[in-house]
Amino acid sequence: MFKTALRNVLSHKGRLLMTMLAVVLGTAFVAGTLVFSDSVSTALKNSLSHNYDHVSARVENSAAGEGRRAADNNSDNKPLTDATLRRIKALPGTATAVGTVQGFAGISDPNGNLIGQRGSTQGTNWSPDSGGTDPRYPMAQGTGPNSATQVAIDQRTAQKNGFKVGDTLRVAVNGPVMQLTVSGIFTSNDPALNADGSLVLFDTATAQKLYTAPGQYAWIDAQAKPGTSQTALEQEMEQVVPHTGNITLHTGAALTADAKTAVENGSSSMKTALLFFAGIALFVGIFLISNTFTMLIAQRTRELALMRALGASRKQVRRSVLWEALVVGFTASAVGLGVGVGIGAALKAWAGSSGNIPAGGLTVTPSTALITLAVGTVVTALAALFPALRASRVPPVAAMSSNDQPASQKSLVVRNSIGLVLAGLGVGVVLLGVSQGGSSGRMPVALGALLVMLGVFVLTPLLSRPLIAAVGPLFRRLFGISGTLAKQNAIRNPRRTAATASALTIGVTLITALTVIGSSITTTITHQVTSNMKADYAVSSELGYPITPTLVSEVKSAKGVSAASVIDSQYVTLDGKQLSLSGFDAATFDQVVAPDLTSGTTDAFKQGQLLIDADQAGSRGLHVGSSVPVEYPNGTSGTLTVGGVYPKSDLLGPAMLSEQALAGHTTAPFYNVVLVKSDDGASTANEQALRDATGLNPLIKVQSQQQMIDQFSSLISMMLTILYALLGMAVLIAILGVVNTLAMSVFERKRELGMLRAVGLDKRGVKRMVRLESVVIAVFGAAMGVGIGTFLAWAANNLLKSDLSGLTTVLPWSRLALFIALGATVGLLAALWPARRAARLDILGAIKTD
Amino acid sequence: MTTTALRTAAARASDLSKVYGSGDTRVTALDHVSVDFYRGEFTAIMGPSGSGKSTLMHCMAGLDSVSAGSARIGDVELNGLKDKALTKLRRDQIGFVFQAFNLLPTLTALENITLPMDIAGRKVDKAWLDRVIATVGLADRLGHRPSQLSGGQQQRVACARALASRPEIIFADEPTGNLDSRSGAEILGFLRSSVRELGQTIVMVTHDPVAASYADRVVFLADGRIVDELHAPTADSVLDRMRAFDAKGRTS
Ligand SMILES: Nc1ncnc2c1ncn2[C@@H]1O[C@H](COP(=O)(O)OP(=O)(O)OP(=O)(O)O)[C@@H](O)[C@H]1O
Ligand SMILES: [Mg+2]
Repeated sequence: MFKTALRNVLSHKGRLLMTMLAVVLGTAFVAGTLVFSDSVSTALKNSLSHNYDHVSARVENSAAGEGRRAADNNSDNKPLTDATLRRIKALPGTATAVGTVQGFAGISDPNGNLIGQRGSTQGTNWSPDSGGTDPRYPMAQGTGPNSATQVAIDQRTAQKNGFKVGDTLRVAVNGPVMQLTVSGIFTSNDPALNADGSLVLFDTATAQKLYTAPGQYAWIDAQAKPGTSQTALEQEMEQVVPHTGNITLHTGAALTADAKTAVENGSSSMKTALLFFAGIALFVGIFLISNTFTMLIAQRTRELALMRALGASRKQVRRSVLWEALVVGFTASAVGLGVGVGIGAALKAWAGSSGNIPAGGLTVTPSTALITLAVGTVVTALAALFPALRASRVPPVAAMSSNDQPASQKSLVVRNSIGLVLAGLGVGVVLLGVSQGGSSGRMPVALGALLVMLGVFVLTPLLSRPLIAAVGPLFRRLFGISGTLAKQNAIRNPRRTAATASALTIGVTLITALTVIGSSITTTITHQVTSNMKADYAVSSELGYPITPTLVSEVKSAKGVSAASVIDSQYVTLDGKQLSLSGFDAATFDQVVAPDLTSGTTDAFKQGQLLIDADQAGSRGLHVGSSVPVEYPNGTSGTLTVGGVYPKSDLLGPAMLSEQALAGHTTAPFYNVVLVKSDDGASTANEQALRDATGLNPLIKVQSQQQMIDQFSSLISMMLTILYALLGMAVLIAILGVVNTLAMSVFERKRELGMLRAVGLDKRGVKRMVRLESVVIAVFGAAMGVGIGTFLAWAANNLLKSDLSGLTTVLPWSRLALFIALGATVGLLAALWPARRAARLDILGAIKTD
Repeated sequence: MTTTALRTAAARASDLSKVYGSGDTRVTALDHVSVDFYRGEFTAIMGPSGSGKSTLMHCMAGLDSVSAGSARIGDVELNGLKDKALTKLRRDQIGFVFQAFNLLPTLTALENITLPMDIAGRKVDKAWLDRVIATVGLADRLGHRPSQLSGGQQQRVACARALASRPEIIFADEPTGNLDSRSGAEILGFLRSSVRELGQTIVMVTHDPVAASYADRVVFLADGRIVDELHAPTADSVLDRMRAFDAKGRTS
């Protein structure tokens, strides 16, 4: 049987090509993902391994640096001080020891904008040795920072922004902006810098003041003398460091191992995400593969029947088909592996060119090869399972029948009933999830979505007839006989049409769902920002630190500002339950915000009454006029009267009180945002005036309404673009599926085509007929995808509502129309080759009876 | 009943040659054939297997190119026409009935009959169509699809299709080859009456002397050459001629 299978594969080379291509693409995606993520993590690990070259052992204060505030209150903690450093240096096993502090450092460009992204710009201390140099940071120009007014900057950032030795650099760490002189420019192989970050060096005393406390370090690294092992040095250090919970010791080897684990975890989550999309592509491939085998078997019915008549058992027939699938799957996976390595290399080169990833070779692990081969082979065999079963049911008598057409399709009753049950159940479960809402609805919606999709796939043959027949009259009118024939051909084999269209449906469903969710969120946010916010600018802090009162008054007195109000974020206990409360200036309230009060007035607010959103009012049973007891942050208590109710809004928060009424009851103001109304609206001049007022502090963000919207919508559209690209592979495979189906159909209908040509249909008519059939199938698939995708997006939006108040499903009609139009284009493209083939058909060859 | 003086050629082959392949595999299917197919006449082409009957028909119908000589339909020279013009010629001037697989399975009988007109985008002459359908006796089967019709009925639909567009000439390649003798006789009678009553021109390839006897004239082909001709044939006279060739073939 294996020999028969092999011969079949070889004799149907052309026909199996599409299947192979589908498996190749799917497995290449898998292999590419694995190779890329392995290579990246290897490269990162390699660059890390040198990081600790000069560290034999490290003692670390986990309570220092960025996590400091929380742990500061714990009086048991002891710091790493200059004294600790001296004692470590004096240890017999120590060659050298260096103390380090590190943290965020915002650098400003000339306009006061932050350079780079928050988190990727760091500051640390310069620790010169006796020779006046720090081996970690060799100076390319100038010298290291030697006083509180000096700073050194890394070469790449300096080159990018044109900073030179002697320039004034604006740096802010957590408070006001500091104007420092660039004393030197250094090179470094710190991985943070490889990944497009910036690094500045302060002199040790300044850095300590900024990040820890004078005379304290976040960690101390020691290098062992030759002959002293890392663990030996670690044990020596153990004797001289404080013994509190916040102080930990590690060897250099342990640090490297930890860093590698961190890299691995990071790259494995990226790997999982990419593999998810590869999985979708493979799933789509299953439809194509299964369709091909079904068609091949239909063509070979007589041949198979002959084998059965000659004494082959069902099992042997089934085996022969499965062997064929295994051969195809394995071969294609092997090619896919090769292509995948190429994809991985290309991705790596692309990612490397944008400077985010250290250089290094490609990593192709044996497990990558094994996984790719196994996945491709198994998927192909699985897809061929049903066709194989069908093949084994071909009765021997079929060999004798002179029927040209494949045996008529069996009734679809069973299939339709299963489909209806699945789809109905799915819709039900989705609705159930929606009604539960929030995170508890997530599982039912996901499960329901899966059921709906499965159900629709099972039902597609049933749906295809009426839906495609509906376009019949239109097609007849527009395209004459070619249109009629195309429509008829599209519905004559519903299973095949369905499988072909479904492959496209999967991709379009996901794309539609994401697009609808994205546009709903964008629209909602835009609406919230524009409908409630009258202010032209929101001034906030980059790191979530509160804005200082000094800065608030500077902003208020900036040129062009006509009104400004702080938003003071506080927590109070209202009637025994916690409530986040925003304090707004009463005098300028009406000029900066406009809540859509459903009851009450803003006058009541100005008189010190509480405005509360409808959700909170509902759950607490409050309405205008209710009096409720309140406990303030400073421990005082009182009574608040509800003066108004407004629809839930992320900008305004759950409740608002005038700052004048609130200020006296807090321990300290926490000004999250300052809302600013300008004389003449948003303009570059006004924006610059605000930036100037902040002293060009890079940590202060000045955003106009439009910028807030843009920042958000560009984030969403960037995410959508990435997802589109990832789903593109699935769509590409679906296109191959359409090509395949059409090619098969043309092949099977050779005689019909010959007859049509003989009675006078010209080549153009034939081409048009094939193209239209393709377009009908593709548009059908796309339309189903748009339909299901919209439904799922609606369900998802209902779940997201709990996180984003006021989220309503907005249908981006032009986008959805575009998807259908793209479906039609896909159809046209897919038909190019089959249509040409059909038109070129030799008439005589086609009509000759064999 | 036809007088030589009134006979005009609906199709004419002069010095027509058709060669397949080259070198060792070279086959001369037609060897300088000259023959006229007269308007309003039912001509049968007979000859042994491989003698070039189908080839002659295909060349005359614009389905195959000729190697040398000329093939005309009416006044139109087919040799040298481009595919587009040939397609249009077949659509407007020629009707076909093949041995099998004449119909599109997705179309109903009526849709199959009007197919050439639909392709041309021409209006169907309703009165003519009704007459044709009545002649073939398919009035109650028009809504059926080919799979719901018997072989004989399918061939009748094919004949109706060939007639419905009133072509200059109809070519039929063994139209009764797959039918039992009764259905065959029905089709042949129908073809003859369409010549007699509707004035149609028909050329039919056949192996069957009985089928040939329905024709007005029989042309005999052997080894790609016209070797004989018989007017007002009967089954017996055709059989006699064929025996004569066989004898000659064996003695030569
Ligand atoms: N496409 C082709 N390529 C090569 N040779 C061909 C081709 N078509 C026909 N022939 C040859 O041309 C000759 C005439 O063939 P044709 O089909 O016209 O015969 P026929 O008289 O119709 O025979 P039959 O009664 O068997 O149908 C034969 O020798 C045949 O082998
Ligand atoms: Mg023949």
